[in-house]
Amino acid sequence: MDRAPKLNALGLSKADYAAAPSTLCKGCGHNSVAAQLIQVAYELNLRPHDIIKLSGIGCSSKSPAYFLGQSHGFNSLHGRMPSLGTGALQANHNVRAIGISGDGDTGSIGLGQFKHMMRRNVRMVYIVENNGVYGLTKGQFSATADYGQKLKYAGTNPFPAIDICTEALAAGAGFVARAFAGDAKQVREVVKAGLSFRGTAVIDIISPCVAFNDEPDSTKSYAYGREHQVTLQEIGFFPAEDEIVVADYGPGEFQVVELHDGSRMTLRKLEADYEANDATVAITRIRRAEEAGELLTGILYYDAERPSLAETSNLINRPLSSLADNELRPSAGKLDELLAGYA
Amino acid sequence: MPSRPNLEVRYRMGDTETLERQPTQEGAAVVVNDFSLVVATANGTGSQTANLTLLRSFFKMGIPVHGKNIFPSNIQGLPTWYHIRVSHQGYVARRPSEILVAFNRDTMAEDVATLPAGGVCIYNSDLRLSTDRTDLVYYPVPVKELLAGVDVKGKIKEYIANMTYVGVVAHLLEAPLDVVKGALEHHFGSRAKLVDSNFEVVKLAYDWATENLPKNDPYKVAPMNATEGLIVMTGNEAGALGAVFGGASVSGWYPITPSTSFIDALSDYLGKLRRDEDGRATYSVVQAEDELAAIGMVVGAGWAGARAVTATSGPGLSLMAEFLGLAYYAEVPAVLWDIQRVGPSTGLPTRTSQGDVGFAYTIGHGDTKHVLLFPSSIEECFEFGYKAHDLADTLQTPVLVMSDLDIGMNNWMGKPFEYPEQPLQRGKVLSAAELEQVKDWGRYKDVDGDGIAYRTLPGNLNPSGAWFGRGTGHDEYARYSERPDDWEANMKRLARKFDTARGLVPQAVIEETPGSQLAIVAYGSTRYAIEEARDQLAAQGVATSFMRIRALPIGAEVREFIARHENLVLIEMNRDGQLTAILRDEMPEYAARIRPIAHLDGMPLTAAWVVERLAPYLGAATEGA
Repeated sequence: MDRAPKLNALGLSKADYAAAPSTLCKGCGHNSVAAQLIQVAYELNLRPHDIIKLSGIGCSSKSPAYFLGQSHGFNSLHGRMPSLGTGALQANHNVRAIGISGDGDTGSIGLGQFKHMMRRNVRMVYIVENNGVYGLTKGQFSATADYGQKLKYAGTNPFPAIDICTEALAAGAGFVARAFAGDAKQVREVVKAGLSFRGTAVIDIISPCVAFNDEPDSTKSYAYGREHQVTLQEIGFFPAEDEIVVADYGPGEFQVVELHDGSRMTLRKLEADYEANDATVAITRIRRAEEAGELLTGILYYDAERPSLAETSNLINRPLSSLADNELRPSAGKLDELLAGYA
Repeated sequence: MPSRPNLEVRYRMGDTETLERQPTQEGAAVVVNDFSLVVATANGTGSQTANLTLLRSFFKMGIPVHGKNIFPSNIQGLPTWYHIRVSHQGYVARRPSEILVAFNRDTMAEDVATLPAGGVCIYNSDLRLSTDRTDLVYYPVPVKELLAGVDVKGKIKEYIANMTYVGVVAHLLEAPLDVVKGALEHHFGSRAKLVDSNFEVVKLAYDWATENLPKNDPYKVAPMNATEGLIVMTGNEAGALGAVFGGASVSGWYPITPSTSFIDALSDYLGKLRRDEDGRATYSVVQAEDELAAIGMVVGAGWAGARAVTATSGPGLSLMAEFLGLAYYAEVPAVLWDIQRVGPSTGLPTRTSQGDVGFAYTIGHGDTKHVLLFPSSIEECFEFGYKAHDLADTLQTPVLVMSDLDIGMNNWMGKPFEYPEQPLQRGKVLSAAELEQVKDWGRYKDVDGDGIAYRTLPGNLNPSGAWFGRGTGHDEYARYSERPDDWEANMKRLARKFDTARGLVPQAVIEETPGSQLAIVAYGSTRYAIEEARDQLAAQGVATSFMRIRALPIGAEVREFIARHENLVLIEMNRDGQLTAILRDEMPEYAARIRPIAHLDGMPLTAAWVVERLAPYLGAATEGA
């Protein structure tokens, strides 16, 4: 018997948030991230036309074609999604942007644009689907690959890894989190919180490559993640209109963070003395985790104070892309007035 | 709206009926309003204010004038020369100077050596001038002595010292002091103290010169009425103003000489003209981390539906190649101003060139061809400034405006700009409601046969209006496709679109003369020297025709002109004949007849150079010219 699909508050089904079928490998972490993005959009009742999807080049960057098919998207150039996104969001700062990048796209070719986007605090959920390896070109080490790691085709990696979250913190990002693609609920809740952040929300998602880098000794593998994931906080997300249901926690164990759009992120601390409000502490904790072989996940840093680029630019509330012709072109009188200064 | 004067700016002797014609007095005792003056100073000494004061004084006297700053890539110390051409005939091309203001110790000997016999040398007598030339008229200026009583110190004193030559030149050329004061007031605006302190020195030097420097040369200025109602502006200012009146709302940019002043002007005008009642910005200018990001921002904004512009020069253009190729293929409007300079890396960053034309035309990998515009005046910089955005939106593609350092950074006379006649041309953009009416919409589907498909913008409420932009192979519905027929059909449609552009871009300006012996083709800033040269040839009885190309792709008028003229040359400021190669490729049947003449020393052309280089193509008629 056919059953009508479940609908969200907008009357949209999950299928309305789906898109073209994925052409990535079966079991690829990126597919599970795409599935969670569909789920998030459905659960949050996001209007597809309020979202833009942006990406660079690589396996990760293909994936915006596989979620939110009713949203505009742009698969741009290798490492250049941040600048494209900056321009698009200055033109229309009323849309919410989901940027999908990878460890090659962000950690190597696009490291400069990535960091400058943080400096400017462009409003975007910037997801790095981090698997430590180049997939489409068949298995080269990326800049986030483990130091000394051995891969079948690439040999031994002679260089230390770049840590995406550390780079984001150094560049001044206000929302820095790490998640594990094998932990679907964590991915979902972090993305929801990121969407409510009025700046660049960096989410480094360890997203295993089943084709080239999924041996259990790789820190980017499913097996390693399951074994070594350390979670700083259990994250919850409550839209503005929802009441927070709190269990009985000890003092300091539970934190409610009000997000820019009025929704709240709840953090139930699993590591009692970690406060996600100090970039230096965060960088140190990341380094310790690396030394200890932990896959450290959770909200590493949160600071809502810095203005977004749209605010720094003192932009009007409406998108610039919506200006009428008479708002775009000053009057003939203004031209004459201005030219008089050159006579 | 104040009425505009009817006066045409006449750059050519042949057109000067509205000008007060005064015969050139060669060998006569007096030469009025017909000379070139060069001021030699060291960079960073503040001489620009003094030079602009002289320029504007002549302009305020109603005399056609043009200034060229020949400056080094340096903040302080290296030599700089400011050329002021004064011409009652309205000529503005570079011409070797008869009058030198020698205020730079390091280049003094060299500068004096460039003067023609009978030339004038006004020099700072605190610097040692050693020359054995006895065929010049010398006017020493004791700068230190003149400034002894002036109550300023340090850097200001150095700046203000330049006003001594302003005073001396004003006396020698007979420019009235009140006009000079007016020029200072224009320069400093409401900062009356600066006007006063500078004018004090001008007057001091003027009075001193009146007492001590008896006039002993033929050059002078006299009031005319040839500049009334005109403006003086740089090409970069004019282009930026054009962009603003074209509705440019977003800019990403990275500093590079000689394009930086374009963005400075853009930010300034946008700040004045594009704020809402609460003072909030209806524009965004973002200084990017490099040119890769600058063009990325422009393409992103264009995709999202805002008019966007960037300005750069050769090295920056190189970095923009990948995004321009993507924008061509994903079909995103963008406007780029290339203020061309010389060479790769640092090259000659403060010298002028047309060396990016070939690169810009096909910039991007795979098959790309871009729309290029070639402004030659401040009026065209303004006009192309807004038209570039109309073209980019209409054609959904990048438009590159190929200016150069000479147009961009120098001060030019021009008519006050005409307000755009047509409303903004936003091209084929479907709203949610319009999309409802369209059956089977495809982002890359050519329903009108002009190669231009309909696009939608992010935020479109119609759920079927979303599309996924990409460089990846796609079909008419913007769906991923690696099918050979999809790729080929799309590339052919893009070629069709380029053919549509032929009829939309500014047409060439053609002047055909009966009995013409030679057709000259050129573009951009070279026109002034060519026009002056054509007048000189005409005076010798040699008629020429002239076609000034204003855009690529070429239209029928260019093709027909070339078909009509067997004896034809194309003058351009690059070594390899870059536009020549493009035209030869467009019309292989005439390839041999398009003969390039290269000017590539980084300096603007002179009429003398043009006449000399044309001689071989003119047969016996001009031998010895």
